[in-house]
Amino acid sequence: MTGVLPIALENATKAMPVLMGLDKEYVGVMHLHKDVTENVLEETVGKFIGKIVQVPPVKSAVARRPREREIKFFDILEFEEKDVLFKVGCEAGTYIRKLCDQIGRSLGSGAHMSELRRTRVGDFTEDQSHSLMKIKDAYEFWREGDEKLLREILIPVEFAIPNVKKVFVKDSAISSITNGSPVYPNGITRIQKDIERGETVAVYSLKEELVALGIAKMASEEILKRKKGVSIRTDRVFMERGIYPNNK
Amino acid sequence: MWIIKSEEETNERFGKRPEDRTIEEHIQNSVIIVDKHSGPTSHQITDWIKKIFQVKKAGHSGTLEKIEEIRP
Repeated sequence: MTGVLPIALENATKAMPVLMGLDKEYVGVMHLHKDVTENVLEETVGKFIGKIVQVPPVKSAVARRPREREIKFFDILEFEEKDVLFKVGCEAGTYIRKLCDQIGRSLGSGAHMSELRRTRVGDFTEDQSHSLMKIKDAYEFWREGDEKLLREILIPVEFAIPNVKKVFVKDSAISSITNGSPVYPNGITRIQKDIERGETVAVYSLKEELVALGIAKMASEEILKRKKGVSIRTDRVFMERGIYPNNK
Repeated sequence: MWIIKSEEETNERFGKRPEDRTIEEHIQNSVIIVDKHSGPTSHQITDWIKKIFQVKKAGHSGTLEKIEEIRP
């Protein structure tokens, strides 16, 4: 596979679980084992839009249990003889090679994936991706005193996780959160709507620094109304201790 | 989209907005979007990134690629 590959550095690797949950888009080539008409192909592909069930491949790192994944769209860009150039949008953890096998089986004659390029991960598109060569050059330029290019390449973890709902906390609440304490309702200034209990949320300072990732113990509306109790259980702390004063 | 619980201000003496970080601080807290070429695995690309930036930890967002790349 080629294409968009987000790589987290150092402290940002703590965000891997949420980075892995980002939706993906791919452009690929599916090779059909027998000729079919465009109508049949489109009709068959149409059956795979929405929720599908996949069993992870033999050589995968996860348990080989059937699991559900959502295919947002599957567009046929070009269809020539037995080769189908497609663009697919899907939920994280969808196996595209498997999907092509499934489509082939549904056609009755078989198919396999022959090429795959990832064109989007979350909000990151190919336009924002950089070759290794360019990245290396940017690093060298910085070493020689010009940081402009490297600054463009490094994306703060704060801006890389749009799929996680946000909670902003007061300066005075930060110190204890960096020590692993939970977030209480009175420490919160603003929250995104529709947070559900059990959901992973990102805790931000008012300067938009990522303080921690946590698990919501209250829904958004509850956080607004309640004065006491644990709103968010702190899970992974990003901010170092001692950046904000302890006011207690 | 937002629920405001209280209006607060932040003290500029503490902390730092992400865009004000130095490059050294960015390297500790950032994500890089690599345009992966064919050939090396995602794991190998991640190792190269580690070497370029001289960092101990780097991680990519998929365990699936390895499987896919074994096949032609």
